Amino acid sequence: MIQKFASPARFMRLSQVLLPWMAGLTVAFAAVGLYLGLVVAPADYQQGESVRIMYIHVPAAWMALFCYAAMAIAAAVGLIWKHPLADLAAKSTAPVGAAFTFLALFTGAMWGKPMWGTWWVWDARLTSMLVLFFLYLGYIALVNAFDNPARGIKASSILVLVGFVNVPIIKFSVEWWNTLHQPASVLKIGGPSIHSSMLWPLLLMALAFTAYYLWVLLLRLRGEIIANKVRVLRLRRVHGQA
Amino acid sequence: MESLAAFFDMGGYGVYIWPGYVLTAVVLVGMLVASIRFLRSNEARLQALQAENGEPSGEA
Repeated sequence: MIQKFASPARFMRLSQVLLPWMAGLTVAFAAVGLYLGLVVAPADYQQGESVRIMYIHVPAAWMALFCYAAMAIAAAVGLIWKHPLADLAAKSTAPVGAAFTFLALFTGAMWGKPMWGTWWVWDARLTSMLVLFFLYLGYIALVNAFDNPARGIKASSILVLVGFVNVPIIKFSVEWWNTLHQPASVLKIGGPSIHSSMLWPLLLMALAFTAYYLWVLLLRLRGEIIANKVRVLRLRRVHGQA
Repeated sequence: MESLAAFFDMGGYGVYIWPGYVLTAVVLVGMLVASIRFLRSNEARLQALQAENGEPSGEA
């Protein structure tokens, strides 16, 4: 069933239709989210205007985890059912996840300096996010390290699944270790505890980042599928007709 | 203009806020452009191969 539903040929047709939608949604959500976050939302009574960094910091950090979870699922499907599209989805997600992780760390430092008085501390949340960043980099290095692409995919898929242990550590780090990073105020039991004027820009930027991820994922997946086709054609020429 | 300057100053936090937003834009746009280029270069390679083999060019 999965084979039929997610065949590369079908994906090429479907992604062609979805691409302009993802581009449009990214721009629309980002435009409204940025306007609400930078202009409409009030300054925080404790953090002042610096709270506006949160409208990219928090969605970027969510996406860092979301992309890793997506990669882990794709890697598992690829390992178990040997589905080529799942393998390529994991490979195509890695650079996007790494970018969001880097941005979460960077914007966190830009907020930490005025609010905590330091760019960086070896707090549990910060450290586990740094580990996530290195997991992404390790995956990217490993998946490209083999002449045979299938071997690279297999080795790196195992790395993703082993590294998944870091995801719950990141999520609960702010509860297990009571250090500098504040606990969750949106994704928690009992619902969000922040005012809607700040919640909306946060959610819209998260939607913009999600649409952006899907947009780039579709582009890269199309590129990987075509690259595979090129590889097959070249091999056929070398072995068959020459 | 006064209010625009105040907007960019962000109560003194502009020096922290704007680098965050600008770098985010640079990284995300850069990733997008790189992905489009990756796709285009592979499309061109496939078309060249199909043309050499005398196959009709077309996707999938």
